[in-house]
Amino acid sequence: MSAPLLDVKNLSVAFDVSKPWLNRMIERQDKLFLKAVDNVSFSINKGETFALVGESGSGKSTIARLIVGLLGPSSGDVLFEGKSLSAGLEGAEARRLRRRFQMIFQDPFASLNPRWHVGDIIAEPLRVFRTETGAKRRERVAELLSLVGLSPEDAARFPHQFSGGQRQRVAIARALAANPDFIVCDEPTSALDVSVQAQILNLMKDLQRQLGLTYLFISHDLSVVRHMADRIGVLYLGRLAEVADAKTLFTARQHPYTRMLLDAVPDLEMTGRTRKPVEGEIPSPLDPPSGCAFNPRCPLANARCRTERPELREYGPTWAACHAVEEGRDKTV
Amino acid sequence: MTQPVLSVEGLTVQFPTRRGILTAVDDVSFAINPGEVLGVVGESGAGKSMTGSAIIGLIEPPGRIAAGEIKLHGERIDNVSSDRMRKIRGRKIGMIFQDPLTSLNPLYTIAEQLIETIRRHLPLSHADARKRAIALLDDVGIPDAARRIDDYPHQFSGGMRQRVVIALALCADPDLVIADEPTTALDVSVQAQIIDVMKRLCADRGAAIMLITHDMGVIAETADRVAVMYAGRVAEIGPVEKVIRSAAHPYTQGLMGSIPTLSTDEDRLTQIPGAMPRLSAIPAGCAFNPRCPKVFDRCYHDRPDPLPHEDRRVACWLYDKAEAEA
Ligand SMILES: Nc1ncnc2c1ncn2[C@@H]1O[C@H](COP(=O)(O)OP(=O)(O)OP(=O)(O)O)[C@@H](O)[C@H]1O
Ligand SMILES: Nc1ncnc2c1ncn2[C@@H]1O[C@H](COP(=O)(O)OP(=O)(O)O)[C@@H](O)[C@H]1O
Ligand code: SF4
Ligand code: SF4
Ligand SMILES: [Mg+2]
Ligand SMILES: [Mg+2]
Repeated sequence: MSAPLLDVKNLSVAFDVSKPWLNRMIERQDKLFLKAVDNVSFSINKGETFALVGESGSGKSTIARLIVGLLGPSSGDVLFEGKSLSAGLEGAEARRLRRRFQMIFQDPFASLNPRWHVGDIIAEPLRVFRTETGAKRRERVAELLSLVGLSPEDAARFPHQFSGGQRQRVAIARALAANPDFIVCDEPTSALDVSVQAQILNLMKDLQRQLGLTYLFISHDLSVVRHMADRIGVLYLGRLAEVADAKTLFTARQHPYTRMLLDAVPDLEMTGRTRKPVEGEIPSPLDPPSGCAFNPRCPLANARCRTERPELREYGPTWAACHAVEEGRDKTV
Repeated sequence: MTQPVLSVEGLTVQFPTRRGILTAVDDVSFAINPGEVLGVVGESGAGKSMTGSAIIGLIEPPGRIAAGEIKLHGERIDNVSSDRMRKIRGRKIGMIFQDPLTSLNPLYTIAEQLIETIRRHLPLSHADARKRAIALLDDVGIPDAARRIDDYPHQFSGGMRQRVVIALALCADPDLVIADEPTTALDVSVQAQIIDVMKRLCADRGAAIMLITHDMGVIAETADRVAVMYAGRVAEIGPVEKVIRSAAHPYTQGLMGSIPTLSTDEDRLTQIPGAMPRLSAIPAGCAFNPRCPKVFDRCYHDRPDPLPHEDRRVACWLYDKAEAEA
């Protein structure tokens, strides 16, 4: 098997959410940290789609920002073709690597500069990376617009003249401008209607095949993830609960949280399966439960789960972080 | 035959603008029977919320009901005074919105808000109203309700707040609950809990529900009947399993195909080309004609009304008997 394109190694980040220094002195409080991502590792092979799935606040967007370098890790590293992105990459080398990475955001309304022509928005990465001249750039913009199903004339229009789905096409064209290998897609269709979502998901699959792209695909929607991903990582409160190829995850999931997420998907085919409402809600990330963070909601939790944190371990085709899986207790219910 | 709780006949909502009149809801008709859950589904801008707002008399001027009738237990409520409407809201019709914070006042405790609402509609003493409020919170699944009732909204999580809003909507035992995207802002694991509570409590009390959502999955597991809206009109309305399993209207068919599911392994999703038209540019004839794979001549000239087809109504010329015979 080929070496992974992207390697995320023991990535952690904690945000300082303390009150200002003076308040803390007066109220005698310690500094307060929110551990948004906690020792997360996974790798992504060239040409595949790796999905991160999890509920709000589980750390999906934070991992995306760490990977594209919008945020620095507290510890851990991201390797691209074996080269560390956090350590000592400067100047030309860093720029060369950066242009091979792009990101598409959830909100196609906020991520495009409203005062710029669409043509300039799409050409921006070309300018930043100083790759092409004026005429060449215009040609490339026209080509990109056609590639994402818009027309070359659209270059002269402004973002507000486009619908949500068309704006997401513009964002995709911009991401493709510098010929990247790897695109981080953070909930690219969550703000779109289902019929438009289908258009964008189909487009993303077509482009992947055509251009040999590798995706990190982030979503809270398991049905969308099932449709897009080759492999999937399930996040809960900043930690990976389970990592498996898509087929295994949907047919032979191991972790109780994965099972809960799968059970919570509404039954569109009306097979009569009822959603099993789970107990409780996601705990505050400021004060996560001790041991396994899922223990207050887990039907399999026991004393060990409340004190000892489970590590991600390999079980056949799956990696799971769960004591019950390790002990074989999950098979008994 | 039982009288429906709610009947809406030819409802039309318009907004006068500088560039002419926009019709956000166009000749919409449906009824909801006692204890029934009617789902209203459609993509953003289809007119779902406007239909809900019209029923509870909360359309912001200059928007107005330009035509049609809305009846609650057979009595018109679209032309009553705003005072009378305020009494109907809360007493006869409960409301649940997407963002629980729009229904809760951050400055008052949960107890103050529930007791105030209960006493506005029911002749109860303060102490009895408080008892009723605690019982309601208990019903919607707030643990330790007797103590938590004196908390402020910000002390609750999103899912807990939505439970409080459900309690608020039900506190005067309304006959109809209008829920506009009640679970859209919540995580999937909490969504199921909220749907469950809402459905169970309404069933216990015999209240009908109008459940507005863009999420077909939520409709599939909650509704008895469903109305699919497109560009301000009802495209298809009928029993939920019929509409979902064998959609008749080309738009519903496209919509169902475009939703990824957990069980199918399709490589590509069905794609409906284009997007829903803006209100200012609704095409002549059938509003779906620019996107419809089955479009034919008549679709460009005549606007189809929802016509009876099997046990539902479908607004598409393909189901016009005269058309079939011609
Ligand atoms: N700049 C920041 N300062 C403090 N806390 C932050 C910051 N950014 C994110 N967080 C916290 O880190 C955690 C993870 O956030 P993140 O945005 O990665 O979640 P997510 O999985 O993308 O959620 P969603 O589905 O809502 O987009 C959350 O608890 C969030 O509140
Ligand atoms: N104040 C307003 N003035 C003009 N048009 C409006 C106004 N409010 C809503 N609309 C339009 O009415 C249509 C239906 O809106 P709405 O009922 O909110 O849709 P939905 O709830 O189905 O997403 C939309 O096209 C919307 O833009
Ligand atoms: S470690 Fe324990 S609490 Fe955590 S998921 Fe496994 S069984 Fe449940
Ligand atoms: S009336 Fe014509 S255009 Fe409209 S949905 Fe039916 S076939 Fe399609
Ligand atoms: Mg996010
Ligand atoms: Mg709405």
